[in-house]
Amino acid sequence: MVKVRKKHRYFNWKRKIKRIHFSTVLLYACMLGLVAFTALPLIYMINTAFKPLDELFLFPPRYFVKNPTMKNFHDLLTAVSGTVVPFSRYIFNSLFTTTVIVFLSVVLSCLGGFALAKHKPAGSNFIFAVILAALMFSSHVTAIPTYMVVNFLGIVNTYWALIIPKLASAYNFFLIKQFADQIPDAFLEAARIDGASELKIFWKVAMPLLRPAWTTLVVFSFVNNWNDYFTPLIYTTSQAMKTLPLALSTLGGTSIARAGANSAAALLTTLPTIILFTALQGRVMETMSYSGIKA
Amino acid sequence: MADMTEIKTANKSLLKPDRKKVMKSWWKKNGIGYLFLLPYMLLFLIFIVIPVAVAFFLSLTNYNMIQKPDFIGLTNFKILFMDDDIFLIALKNTLIFSCIAGPVGYIMSFLAAWVINNLKGRKFFALAFYAPSLTSGIAMSVVWLYFFSPDRFGLINNFLINTLGVTTEPVLWTQDPKYILRVVIFISIWMSMGNGFLVFLAGLQNISKELYEAAAIDGIRNRFQQLWYITLPLMQPQLLFGAINSIVGSFGAYDIAVAIAGMPSPEYSAHTIVAHLFDHAFIRFSMGYASCIAVILFVMTYTLSKVCMRVFRSRE
Repeated sequence: MVKVRKKHRYFNWKRKIKRIHFSTVLLYACMLGLVAFTALPLIYMINTAFKPLDELFLFPPRYFVKNPTMKNFHDLLTAVSGTVVPFSRYIFNSLFTTTVIVFLSVVLSCLGGFALAKHKPAGSNFIFAVILAALMFSSHVTAIPTYMVVNFLGIVNTYWALIIPKLASAYNFFLIKQFADQIPDAFLEAARIDGASELKIFWKVAMPLLRPAWTTLVVFSFVNNWNDYFTPLIYTTSQAMKTLPLALSTLGGTSIARAGANSAAALLTTLPTIILFTALQGRVMETMSYSGIKA
Repeated sequence: MADMTEIKTANKSLLKPDRKKVMKSWWKKNGIGYLFLLPYMLLFLIFIVIPVAVAFFLSLTNYNMIQKPDFIGLTNFKILFMDDDIFLIALKNTLIFSCIAGPVGYIMSFLAAWVINNLKGRKFFALAFYAPSLTSGIAMSVVWLYFFSPDRFGLINNFLINTLGVTTEPVLWTQDPKYILRVVIFISIWMSMGNGFLVFLAGLQNISKELYEAAAIDGIRNRFQQLWYITLPLMQPQLLFGAINSIVGSFGAYDIAVAIAGMPSPEYSAHTIVAHLFDHAFIRFSMGYASCIAVILFVMTYTLSKVCMRVFRSRE
């Protein structure tokens, strides 16, 4: 039926598909499936946040929203009947504490990590070993003595209690140090010969060179502190000091009637981290390639 | 003449090292470095190093924050392992959790990074895969609860009953102790898959293509040989970093478990070590006993991380 030549071409084409395309298509399909799995609750959250009340009570429950409305956000942000503290206060608390932590902790880590990598004062190896060791346990281990310090300072239930204990992050320090290791000394020497002070060298030469690293830390530090639940759980006693995750956990049950408000709150909590990451994704990838630990 | 005197003074200082001068040159060499390190190290000492030591000390005492700590030796550890059944449940849960969620998340994030690295649209896939790790465990638990809701309104129950028709009664995902830990593990894996992912993806991008080409000439035939003989050995530092993060993260499991199952969870079925620590430290204020739990948590994650370092070193 088919001419030999055509048949030949057809098989060639088929073989090509088999060799390159079929496995690739399968791979893409697999990955899209995985993406669907990771995105499933996120998309549900977005949809539910915009659902009007009657769609929340639909039976059987529907995944997607049909008539999107802003009412859930409106209720959450403006109507505060029943709750003493307006939701915007939680947003402010989270935003304020996270921003201060990110700024200070990144500056401190940059100063220290850069000094350890490039100035290498006596005892550097020991200091780095200790910091590496600090990567190997979670902050829960030190929660009790840290609580005692915070209690001693008399700053329980203030913003300081949420900020100060989190400034010395071993993770941040480690990443900066690893990244700073590969900065050529020549840059710094050149600046020194030009008569720049060490602080100026740090600020004008090192910081621009470290930019991918500290941008990455801004992302990670923001994500971790924004989502942190344990610290505010310990250090805040009043409703007005709660941060978003803590407030979310006590927002008022998980009944279906609350699904819209809960999803709206969850969306507001999730959005900033995703936006920040998307904006700075390129720099993050650049930095993470230096993150390895040489055993 | 000026040269001569200079040499003379230089000689003198060589013969009799002036203490002040030694200090001065030492300071010149190290001072700036220390000054730069000072602010970080000060906080690091106060909030990380000293607390670890204090936790070790407190674990040997009976301390309630009001009276002075009362030294009682290893009694806390004895009670913890001999009499505290709830701790043993917490320990068991944490171990089950870590043994499943840790490795599964780790392997999946590596495989995903490995596959995505060769795909078009890498940036999109990376974002999609990493997005859950950017979210708050508490916020997403609230959302997941609508999936695992124990009534007919729950999306998963609805799917099982109406779409698949495998059961007629809704499964009590978040109330039946049989299922709670599984649900928590499932959600945790969803959230933590991305954690090592970025590190791995970055590591993969660092390996130059020429290496693979050279290896192909040397007789490496398929992708899996490539993976085993080239990629994995070269990614060893990233793999180690990911492993340590994964260990620390999975042993510190707490918020998702609390958000899903409450505190205390039904029959302590989702009670973790950190939950136990929190309960004793910040609800009952028995700081000595809670420090003892903290020390055990420390020893477990630290030892495991060290073991990991050994394993990775021996593979080199």
